[in-house]
Amino acid sequence: MSDKPKFAMYWAASCGGCEIAVLNIHEKILDVDANFDIAFWPVAMDAKYKDVEAMEDGSILLTLFNGGIRTEENEHLAKLLRKKSQILVAFGSCAVEGGNPGLANFSTKDQIFETVYSTVSTENPDGVYPQPSFEMPEGTITIPVFEPVLRTLDQVVDVDYYMPGCPPESHQIEAVIDLVIQVLEGKAELPPKGATIGVGPSTCCDECTRTRNVKKIKEFRRIQLVDDIDPDLCLLEQGILCVGPATASGCGAKCPTAGAPCIGCYGPAAGVVDFGARMMTAVASVIDSRDPDEIDRILDGIVDPAGTFYKFNLAHSLLRTGNATWNGK
Amino acid sequence: MAENKERIGVYVCHCGTNIAGVVDVEEVARWAKENLGDQGVVISKDYKFMCSSLGQDMIQADIQKEGLTRVVVAACSPHLHEKTFRVAAERAGLNPYLTELASIREQVSWVHKDKVVATEKSKAVVAGAVSRVVMHEPLEPIIVPIAEPTLVVGGGIAGIQAALEIANAGHPVYLVEREPSIGGHMAQFDKTFPTLDCSACILTPRMSEAGTHPNITLLTYAEVEQVDGFVGNFDVTIRQKARCVDTDACTGCGICEQKCPKKVIDDVFEVGLGYRKAIYTPFDQAVPKYPVIDRENCTYFEKGTCRVCEKFCPTDAINFEQEDEIIEINVGNIILATGYDLFDARRIPQYGYGRLANVFTSLEFERMTNAAGPTSGDILLRDGKTVPKSVGIIHCVGSRDRNYNNYCSAICCMQSLKFAHLVDERTSATVYNFYIDMRTPAKDYDEFYQRVLDEGTLFVRGKVAEVTDAARISGEEGKLIVQVEDTLAGKQRRIPLDMVILSAALEPRHDAYETAHKFGIACSANGWFTEKHPKLDPVATMTEGIFIAGAATGPKDIPASVSQGSAAAARVLSYIERGELALEPVRAMINQEQCSGCRICNDLCPYNAILFHEDQMVSEINQALCQGCGTCVAACPAGAITGTVFSDKQVFAQIDGLLFLEKSALVPEMA
Repeated sequence: MSDKPKFAMYWAASCGGCEIAVLNIHEKILDVDANFDIAFWPVAMDAKYKDVEAMEDGSILLTLFNGGIRTEENEHLAKLLRKKSQILVAFGSCAVEGGNPGLANFSTKDQIFETVYSTVSTENPDGVYPQPSFEMPEGTITIPVFEPVLRTLDQVVDVDYYMPGCPPESHQIEAVIDLVIQVLEGKAELPPKGATIGVGPSTCCDECTRTRNVKKIKEFRRIQLVDDIDPDLCLLEQGILCVGPATASGCGAKCPTAGAPCIGCYGPAAGVVDFGARMMTAVASVIDSRDPDEIDRILDGIVDPAGTFYKFNLAHSLLRTGNATWNGK
Repeated sequence: MAENKERIGVYVCHCGTNIAGVVDVEEVARWAKENLGDQGVVISKDYKFMCSSLGQDMIQADIQKEGLTRVVVAACSPHLHEKTFRVAAERAGLNPYLTELASIREQVSWVHKDKVVATEKSKAVVAGAVSRVVMHEPLEPIIVPIAEPTLVVGGGIAGIQAALEIANAGHPVYLVEREPSIGGHMAQFDKTFPTLDCSACILTPRMSEAGTHPNITLLTYAEVEQVDGFVGNFDVTIRQKARCVDTDACTGCGICEQKCPKKVIDDVFEVGLGYRKAIYTPFDQAVPKYPVIDRENCTYFEKGTCRVCEKFCPTDAINFEQEDEIIEINVGNIILATGYDLFDARRIPQYGYGRLANVFTSLEFERMTNAAGPTSGDILLRDGKTVPKSVGIIHCVGSRDRNYNNYCSAICCMQSLKFAHLVDERTSATVYNFYIDMRTPAKDYDEFYQRVLDEGTLFVRGKVAEVTDAARISGEEGKLIVQVEDTLAGKQRRIPLDMVILSAALEPRHDAYETAHKFGIACSANGWFTEKHPKLDPVATMTEGIFIAGAATGPKDIPASVSQGSAAAARVLSYIERGELALEPVRAMINQEQCSGCRICNDLCPYNAILFHEDQMVSEINQALCQGCGTCVAACPAGAITGTVFSDKQVFAQIDGLLFLEKSALVPEMA
């Protein structure tokens, strides 16, 4: 191996989209190769955990870690890569704030297993449920333990930087890679530890081209059920629940510009502590009625409040849907 | 917390036995000293009355001797004594905003009985206040100059009174009234209770004084369109509706009104009982004396011909081409005395108003008894000639009724007694009062009730179920039958009557919410303007520089409205005399970089303090207008708005402190 700095990327509880996003930077990937040795990147090249375990602590310069921490294996790798890396980046919504898999924190482990292994669509005639260890004639076999809740990376280990997005946008990934290369060349400095990188200072609305007026909402509508959307007017004003106002800028407002509401994948804007709570108070503030019954009727138009307001950030929200004092064991 | 260099003093108040009766205050003080040292607590004391001068002296001495940099007082609600302790800190040389009042009275001792629980909760509340006070920053008050002129909106008796008080003190007043004349509801009445003074006789001198006062600019037939600015410096836009009469030329001779061939039902002043002309003054003693042309009904405006008034006007004062005029004024303070609307009795169909001819509303009856009214003061049935032989007066129509308004309209009992007296005085009719409870609490009111009792009026205690013309038994034919449960006799009664008067509720103006929003004040759930404090500050609002008076704040009789007019004027005068005002620097601010201009906050501010910059696509808060209520802070989805004294940092620190006990309890378990 050369003496180029080492790069690693790991995929925990997530869909894999973040890995594709890194490959999606096209020829820029050559810059990665030119400047780094790929030390560990299971999706791209073969590697064994024991190889990583054998590395010296701090020998990896940059690790992009995507996915939440759902299993013992995820946790082991998070701790291992933390130890081996100088810069650990929580990469993508799941690592930063739990992402979609974090919505499972509304359910207990038993409920999740029940759904996965015994509901109508599952063929499991013997009622077999996964067991962490199983005695076979050949010996004991084990699988990683499924932990009670999904945690974000920073709920398990110390994180240097956060890069949100589901997945992070290619141009933002390129910019971050460029920055690291410039730092290596002594031409730039790293942002302060704990910073969120690859985002803008404001919200999705800042990048959205739709016209915005004072908001008064009389009805919520689901975008798939309507065909009279004004292409130039703010979606929220048209009763489409767009969470762009609470979402960090940086994605280029791709969804609302294309006609779909923002779903919040770029995470909370800089001033936001709890994304869902913020967006809910904002929406509640602009409902245009004084009549409690009518307000109820309007709010009933939000068919999946938890999935809408906490689509990406439940695991990191103030709701602490897991056990608040649960510390891993 | 580790790097905290603050020196915090904690002072736990007994409030006599108010707090000490339930909370072990000595224990709370001892605990804070022993356990919150890491948070910076260097002194912790308890004292019988922290708000007394000795209590305040103790804090001041400690600030000076012990070099305290923050002060936490665990006592009552910040509403009561936050200011007291801020001032005390300031006297000792500490920035007043580095203090925190922890409520262990309203939020602890008054709501708990268990001494152990209450003491533990007090510790948590104190720990929360200690965490929070560390996050406070020194603030300076915002000083604003007060412009001398005052705007009074509403020319009823409350507004007239307020305007005269200020004008008589030598300061300019703009009095705006949307009808063609000032006078309000009082001008419609004949007699006032309980003295039976002639309403016009006592009101018109005030009206003409307001009309001619050198310090009062009277703007009738005008409405406030927009209010910008803040206490001391309001820019008000007023629409002067076109009278089509040149007031410089008009002498108020009344010839135009006599000659005008177009008769119109007068729905406003005569509540539909009488007619007026298309060019008119609402009543003879109207102030100002200038008539207005009702353009919707004027033949010239309808058909393009007529112009009779113009032909006969001796001073060429008629001007059909006149247009609405926009007047812009700058004032330092505003008094809203916009009055009430009468409950629409049609909303209670079983009482038959609008369907049964001889059911009248209270205001119709007022006009009927007025010597200058449509019947010249005669009490007659709807046919205009028959004198009733029996009259029923129904109280609480639309008041104290969960279907309409829960509140008591305050004036109806006395008004109904007055009606009973007037019927008795002017006819030989039998009079019934149907009441739920008789409420006559003010000066000489119950004496009047006794007098009406003595006059032979009959009283039936019970809520009327129905007024009907469907006769069931002989003697009911051709009559209005009142079906009522007489709760004192314990039986249902059917009482046939010739005339029924409905003492209708007083309701907020139909546009009270819009008015409140325009001026940046709040309304109660019922729609009455909300006072800053219902007992101690009844004429101020949460918006500095906006005062309220009269029935716009809730049902009121004439003496109460006049008192409020004077009180509001006194508040305004004290501001004018001072010349400037120090505003609390508790404000919200928008981080311009974080604001995306989503405009969610734009319409929420009850004080109209949020401005949207179209060019930069960001919102901004006017610091003088903002009252620090926090509405926008909560609503901002981007978290781009911070409330001073209530920042996320401060609130989360307080929560952390509140959970301090929980956390310490958890430590051994987790270790």
